[in-house]
Amino acid sequence: MSEVEAGPDKVSLLELAWTFNHIALASFGGGLSAWSREVLVVEKEWLGEAEFLSAMTMSRILPGANQVNIAVFAGSKMRGFPGAVAALLGLCLMPVVIIMVAAYFYFRFKEIPAVKGVLHGASAAAVALTLAMVIQTGRKCLTGLVPVLLFVAAFVLNGLARWPLPLVLLIVAPLSLVWAWPRERPA
Amino acid sequence: MIHTYLQLAGLFASLSLLSIGGGNAVLPEMHLQAVRGHHWMTDSQFADIFSISQTAPGPSILIVTLVGYGAGLTVGGVPGAIIGGVIATVAMIVPAASLMYVVTLFWKKAQEAKWRIAVEKGFAPLTVGLIMATSLVMSRAADHDWRAYLLTAICTAIFVFTKANPLIVVGAAGVIGYFGVV
Repeated sequence: MSEVEAGPDKVSLLELAWTFNHIALASFGGGLSAWSREVLVVEKEWLGEAEFLSAMTMSRILPGANQVNIAVFAGSKMRGFPGAVAALLGLCLMPVVIIMVAAYFYFRFKEIPAVKGVLHGASAAAVALTLAMVIQTGRKCLTGLVPVLLFVAAFVLNGLARWPLPLVLLIVAPLSLVWAWPRERPA
Repeated sequence: MIHTYLQLAGLFASLSLLSIGGGNAVLPEMHLQAVRGHHWMTDSQFADIFSISQTAPGPSILIVTLVGYGAGLTVGGVPGAIIGGVIATVAMIVPAASLMYVVTLFWKKAQEAKWRIAVEKGFAPLTVGLIMATSLVMSRAADHDWRAYLLTAICTAIFVFTKANPLIVVGAAGVIGYFGVV
């Protein structure tokens, strides 16, 4: 019931930004969602457990990176619009600086064979990280013939046939909604 | 130069609103535009910056910072690259974040609404399919052969069945790549 107590007052914009900066930097190598829950729900108690989960679902459905959307959700809950901006800046500012430095070194030294070798190996693991997400989330939602067909349609059209995403969404999204629309069950 | 920046802003602002399920869902489209459409970088460079963005701290969406950096670099050197990176990042984050802000205001009032239930349930399989497409496109862009596929399979098993820190696994795969095994 902690979602009732977490009030929108008292938390300063600086604390919001600092907290999301902390979450972002702790996630070196991935696991940002897990860190978000740890800090927002367990440590700071800004969001309740159920509230966090529904925010996660909403973040996944809406466009935008999940973590960015969680920051907007939590920031706007705590301090309204300025809070959302503070949380976003906290989440992104340092990572953008870090990745710019990485970009500088990459584009300067990319022709060195050793760097190419390291990145080629790392890319295999990066693909694995994405595949692992497919397996972990797929286990929960691919539980029947229709969802599996929707999954396959999205994969084949976008991944194999390389159709543009808007076209794929135009075809698959309405079918998904028709399938998932809640119906009155006859008693 | 301005032309490139406008292209960056236009591309990522529209991808931002299409990135349902997170940035990974629009990677195939991003790859298509950055490599084949605008020739900002090569296939293997795109695969490289994907690995960098997956390993670096912060939202994985920051691959757009790297695409913007690469595009800016081709027209304006390092200062142009930094501007390109900032433009791409802002263009990718602001539209989706604004939408999230607006929907947050409505979402809590819609607990029992049918559209909320349908969207929650219906978009899940679709999103997983798009993420799966991403895995394939990245693998092809990196020009993986059977040894790289094997490494990917092993790493996937490690991620799914253990709680190993992804950074360590990615680092280990990098070491294997350094010695030219894959």
